[in-house]
Amino acid sequence: MSDHKTEKHELKGYYTGDIHNQFVEEHETPNAKKVIWRTFWILLAITIFEVAISFTSINKDVLQWTFVALTIVKAGYIVMFFMHLLHEKFTFKYTILGPFALIAFLIAIALAEGMYIRIHP
Amino acid sequence: MSTTAAIKKPSATWGGGISPFNVSWGKMFMWFFLVSDAFTFSSLLVAYGTLRHRFTEIWPAPGDVFTHFPFIHGHVPLAYVGFMTFDLIMSSVTMVLAVEAGHRRSNKGVIVWLALTVVGGFIFVGSQAWEWYHFIKGSENGAYVLEDGRFARTDALEPGMIFIWQDHNKTIYEGAEAQKLISTATKNIHGATLVENEYGSTPLFANFFFFITGFHGFHVFSGVVINIIILINVINGVYIRRGHYEQVEKAGLYWHFVDLVWVFVFTFFYLV
Repeated sequence: MSDHKTEKHELKGYYTGDIHNQFVEEHETPNAKKVIWRTFWILLAITIFEVAISFTSINKDVLQWTFVALTIVKAGYIVMFFMHLLHEKFTFKYTILGPFALIAFLIAIALAEGMYIRIHP
Repeated sequence: MSTTAAIKKPSATWGGGISPFNVSWGKMFMWFFLVSDAFTFSSLLVAYGTLRHRFTEIWPAPGDVFTHFPFIHGHVPLAYVGFMTFDLIMSSVTMVLAVEAGHRRSNKGVIVWLALTVVGGFIFVGSQAWEWYHFIKGSENGAYVLEDGRFARTDALEPGMIFIWQDHNKTIYEGAEAQKLISTATKNIHGATLVENEYGSTPLFANFFFFITGFHGFHVFSGVVINIIILINVINGVYIRRGHYEQVEKAGLYWHFVDLVWVFVFTFFYLV
């Protein structure tokens, strides 16, 4: 490693203080509180909207797909803004999100199986 | 207490000496744990979805099952679970505000917001216990099992009226017709166990309900315990001495994950 070129950087952050004592960079997030409360109102509005439309007589399939879509939107807001995944590095973000492609695949095959064994019990 | 450090930054990201992801190992492994936990919950929910599709014609409608609200006598579908969702979102907000206070190194702020998060967690666990109690106890007159195996339910209807839920259609019977169905019934079921439940003719509905909301409820309970431990540390000034509040952030990640899972449980158990 010693042949790496090194340069001096002024970084804001902290040392973890454990045996690894890693340095973790900290970034100022402007309007942090504003973003938190905005996320809260969005989540609340979506939840109220979901409960409200569950009492209407809209087509059942349309309703179910709306619920699934809104759930993914809600999950996105929680993961991106509450868990701050949006502000993590690109590589880390997709290390976390990538494996869920497997779950999408599992959903597709398992639900198809469920519908198949209903017709052919 | 934030430190400005002059560190040597290697030019090669993966050459060692720095964290390429710029997250500490502790936080990274909390994320990896949450990914694995998300896989567990996904598997449970996918199993639920698969068997729900298998028994779609007899699967109970959530609006006919979760109808109770504290201190209100009558039929209030989904209101209480709506409140539970609000409570969990609210406690997520107080948690993220605790994390934000930690970034500002405000010990007092962390104590206030973390304490509120613990309160929100207790309200949720209590609500779930209440919800389970009513689910297990069931309605006053329960369900009648007809000769052909169909379930005629009485919940939320006037005395003497029953309804049959089949193929996503509700048929209500009253008067002599209802009496005739009740008199030929082979069994009267109250509430829910793992073997049978009054909500529908498949025990799977109650089994999945107990298993998945129970597993989630246990996560909430562990989250509350973790938050209390962190809160005691904050009050004792552990993180003032350490100089950073990363531990609050890690507990926060876990707590938001619990909220995240609830978003899915809420949709697939109570809305769809």
